[in-house]
Amino acid sequence: MFNKMIHHNAPSGEDCTKLCCTKIKNFGVKIGKTDIFSQVNIHIHCGQLTALIGPNGAGKSTLLKAILGEVGHTGDLHYVDAKGQHTGHPVIGYVPQYLNFDVSSPTSVMDIFMACLTSRPVWLCSSKKLRPRVLAGLKRVKAEHLIDRRLGALSGGELQRVLLALSLDPIPDLLLLDEPVSGVDQNGLELFYEIVADLREKEDMAIILISHDLNLVAKHADQVVLLNKKVVCQGTPHEVFKDERAKKIFGMLIAPAEEKGVEA
Amino acid sequence: MLDTIYMLLNSLFPFQWMDHTFMKNAFLAVVMITPLFGLLSTMVVSNRMAFFSDSLGHGAFTGIAIGVLLGGVEPLVSLVIFSILFSLLITYIKSKSSASTDTIIGVFSSTAIAMGLMMMSYGGGFNKFSSYLIGDLLSIKTEELLALLFVFVLVVFVWVLIFNRFLMISINTSFAASRGIKTMWIEMGFAAVLAVVVAISIQWVGLLIINSMLVLPAAAARNITNNVKQYHLVSVLFALTAGLAGLISSYYTNTATGATIVVISAGLFFITLALKPYFIR
Repeated sequence: MFNKMIHHNAPSGEDCTKLCCTKIKNFGVKIGKTDIFSQVNIHIHCGQLTALIGPNGAGKSTLLKAILGEVGHTGDLHYVDAKGQHTGHPVIGYVPQYLNFDVSSPTSVMDIFMACLTSRPVWLCSSKKLRPRVLAGLKRVKAEHLIDRRLGALSGGELQRVLLALSLDPIPDLLLLDEPVSGVDQNGLELFYEIVADLREKEDMAIILISHDLNLVAKHADQVVLLNKKVVCQGTPHEVFKDERAKKIFGMLIAPAEEKGVEA
Repeated sequence: MLDTIYMLLNSLFPFQWMDHTFMKNAFLAVVMITPLFGLLSTMVVSNRMAFFSDSLGHGAFTGIAIGVLLGGVEPLVSLVIFSILFSLLITYIKSKSSASTDTIIGVFSSTAIAMGLMMMSYGGGFNKFSSYLIGDLLSIKTEELLALLFVFVLVVFVWVLIFNRFLMISINTSFAASRGIKTMWIEMGFAAVLAVVVAISIQWVGLLIINSMLVLPAAAARNITNNVKQYHLVSVLFALTAGLAGLISSYYTNTATGATIVVISAGLFFITLALKPYFIR
């Protein structure tokens, strides 16, 4: 089902003149005396999926949090839109790890949408006005039947789709996915990636995905960044998986992933 | 104006317990303060802040001690100011430190109570403070009702202002940050409001049971509700029902009012726990 996808053989190059792009310049995060990562330079073009891979503790999630501005960092984030205008900070959508989500409270899918979309308190105002907009958003991720469901009653895959729909309203310039489908079953996983691939094509947004599933990375990513305290190497999946340093970090895992990547 | 309200209460509730002025005052106080507990408890429980709200009671205890030691200053003023500072400090350090939340709250909470006890026992006069441990809802004075009304309006106002953002934070902080929410400011705002409510009501409810007022209504409500609107409504309703039922029954059984309210709330919790399978979708 992913056959339709075309890999733009995207250079991780310097020019940002024609495409809209996000430049991460010289990012570094220090917590206490420990360097989480330093000197991270990444260019992300719109319509591209950039996969962020690396061992546990490499600083992947922290990098996303630094981009969000939640963690203090050095370096700058530059966003340039399609017309080549410098527009400052991009609109960012974020889908956190499924496991880090607190779903025990009596909050329905509609409630969480309302909390995000309006400033009038959820417990006071009526949901009628926003309902069509929310339904449309949920339809995009094939989840419109879940609108009145309690968050805690959703399966892992359903919850991630709802979160994805949430991060797409308003449409972001940059979409950050932090291991969005870890702990989600095979069906949920495929549906999720199908939707993401579709989005990349239709909406022309830049997507950064953290994943430990190298097979999926090889299949879907346009650009791969291997992070381990700094950017070890970056390029197309093919380039990165051939790199000696990547082979050293991932060892056995990388060989099958690379083969599949080449086939696809 | 108060006389009109008293007369209204007399005609609305023509019962023997309503004859006393202290019962009228207590009634008005319960009608104002328990909905606040119900409202705030929804997020205390959702955000797993039960231990935090407990520590606020301890902070308030120290606030009282400082107020008395300083003399001159109205105890309520020093109490409220100290409680707010205490809650903001915990929230700030919690977000900056890598130690676990429990540990940090535990450290602050025990430090506060120890300091409070030290100051209160200075000169061997602890007994006059022991009323703060249990509290006395029937001791509310007329002028304190006005302060309570002010707090009521303030809390509802802040709650309307920050609720949506706080709901997002309660689900996932990074997610909230991605939507441009200044998470620390909102958390501090909530902590401050919570501190004010705890500080102002600790003399009536008492240190030992104030936290149950901030946990039980929502804990019971979430057993039988499926969305935010129901959650709020049921929580406030439970808090108010338990408050009034506790006040009236404590008059007849001659027991401590605060404790009676808590026992009734606990009863509601266990009933809803049993009913849970019939309500939760």
